[in-house]
Amino acid sequence: MLRYAARRLLISIPTLLAISFIVFALLDLAPSDPTANLPLTIPPEVREKIRLSLGLGEPFIIRYFKWLEQFLINEPLAVLEQMTGLTIGDSENRLRVLSWATRSPVTDLIVERLPQTLWVVGMSYVVAVVIAVPLGVISAYRQYSLFDQIGTFISMLGFSIPTFFTGLLLIVIFSVWLGWLPSIYDTTHVVEDWDSFWFQVKQMAMPTMVLALANASQISRFMRASMLDNLTQDYVRTARAKGVRERTVVLLHVLRNSLIPVVTVIALGVPTIFGGAIVTEQIFRVNGIGALLITGIESNDIPLVQTLTFIFAILIVVFNLIADLLYGVLDPRIRYD
Amino acid sequence: MTDATASAPVAAAPAHRSLWADVWRQFRAHRGAMIGAGVFGFILLAVIFGPMLWTIDPGETNLRARNQPMSWAHPFGTDNVGRDMLAQVLAGGRVSLAVGITAMAVSMLIGAAIGVLAGYFRRLDGPLMRLTELFLALPILPLLLVAILLFRDTLRANFGPEAGVFLLIVLIIGITSWMQTARIVRGEVQTLKEREFVLAAQSIGTKEGRVITRHILPNVLSPIMVSATIGIAAAIITESTLSFLGLGFPPDFPTWGRLLFDGKDFMTRSPGRVIWPGLFISLTVLSVNFIGDGLRDAMDPRIRGR
Repeated sequence: MLRYAARRLLISIPTLLAISFIVFALLDLAPSDPTANLPLTIPPEVREKIRLSLGLGEPFIIRYFKWLEQFLINEPLAVLEQMTGLTIGDSENRLRVLSWATRSPVTDLIVERLPQTLWVVGMSYVVAVVIAVPLGVISAYRQYSLFDQIGTFISMLGFSIPTFFTGLLLIVIFSVWLGWLPSIYDTTHVVEDWDSFWFQVKQMAMPTMVLALANASQISRFMRASMLDNLTQDYVRTARAKGVRERTVVLLHVLRNSLIPVVTVIALGVPTIFGGAIVTEQIFRVNGIGALLITGIESNDIPLVQTLTFIFAILIVVFNLIADLLYGVLDPRIRYD
Repeated sequence: MTDATASAPVAAAPAHRSLWADVWRQFRAHRGAMIGAGVFGFILLAVIFGPMLWTIDPGETNLRARNQPMSWAHPFGTDNVGRDMLAQVLAGGRVSLAVGITAMAVSMLIGAAIGVLAGYFRRLDGPLMRLTELFLALPILPLLLVAILLFRDTLRANFGPEAGVFLLIVLIIGITSWMQTARIVRGEVQTLKEREFVLAAQSIGTKEGRVITRHILPNVLSPIMVSATIGIAAAIITESTLSFLGLGFPPDFPTWGRLLFDGKDFMTRSPGRVIWPGLFISLTVLSVNFIGDGLRDAMDPRIRGR
């Protein structure tokens, strides 16, 4: 197991390097000029100096390796220093990935935006799992019943209706017609007492539900299929023949076995919901990392977009790895040697 | 299956049943899929022939009839410069469906080609599957947004504003969505390759290209068709997501996602501007997904014939 984990970790390094190269190269092809938005009165030689100060004077491959060094070594060190308050090495002169638009380190911007995204996305995923697992279990246990038919239809709906439409629909219903919930997420809101806590719950309700509905429908489809696979297995008949109570059979024997593939699907889904959060954050004006990415793209802030895209890629690779390893940990039938 | 043939009297030979007739019979038994096919057919017809019947120009502005609610003159209402919403939704549907179907075709072409090559030629299997894994690990939505930003102006200059963006979106969606198809096709081809009929074809000296086109491809058609239907749904959603983020087609060029994007700021005044295009996207995707479900059941020989 440990050897397998180590090997998988080693394999994912070249993948990540290849992705980082693709991301860097694609963005470097951009015909955009960071000095294009500066006043026209700046003479060309000063313009050239500004370009050099942004690190654009060197050949492509050198810039790639410098960016890689900044991203993989300098930035994590900077984050570590901020968290612990220590100074490691020559931190004053360390080169960091700077945003072209704000001239501040990209990581600082991301760290600033991350909590909002994590709150909304994380909460929605928890809600999705809490809804989806019982739904899938009951649906499968009572296959073709009315509950199953309504449940599968609703999950098909949630699976098919794009989040930007459900989001807008919820805004029309709950903010415009009923006036119950705010349609814009207020990031500056601080929770200090019950009233402000209740407001936080209210403003999180819609973005969370939109993402939760989309994810729950996908997870419950998997849960149902996995339960159906297991319910007809021999060990279930054996357990029933021994006189084990039905509750125990379903909730202990079948559910535990059916959760194995579902858990890996849940792990694999984490990076995609960060992608889905881009849309949701646009609808509800949550200023998380998705919104940061969109502003970065609109203002041609290449370093910011490169870093964010690469972080998304790292998330995908890491959660693929987690899913693979979880499968091995949870399912004793799988042996990796 | 074997039971049925054994118990049937030999003299009364059953009527000739082709594979596709069997698939059709099974497909018809799937209620959701039949309703889905009906709805999708209706939307397709409405979008193709609708503009011929509802002859109002979608771009025609009429400042006297701004933000109108639903009425006989404008069944879906009008927008903030008085353009008729029904005409816009119909015109937008043409683009959205065209993008969905073309992007699906591109993605199937790439996916099937890579899947067949990886499954049939062992030498290519390793590199092609690494490539597939690499593509699966790419963060698709951010890269789509970035790619559109980068190539939009070049393609616009070369092919005109609308055709350029159409080409770009179709190609980009196609290039980033072929991976699942490639994996499924590869698996199928690998099992097919070991079957006797392929061995027989090879032993009489059939060229490899001919084995692939004559014997392998027809047999992997059903998984390709199933992923093609799902591909249409995914491509429509991707296109509307891009348009919704303001990075798809140019303004004044209606697609369903673009209409939603333009309408979302007027949601409080005229909710119809959001509801109609959104409803059409959802109905199309829902019906296509149901068709996909039905096709999967119909194509699966373990379920078919029961």
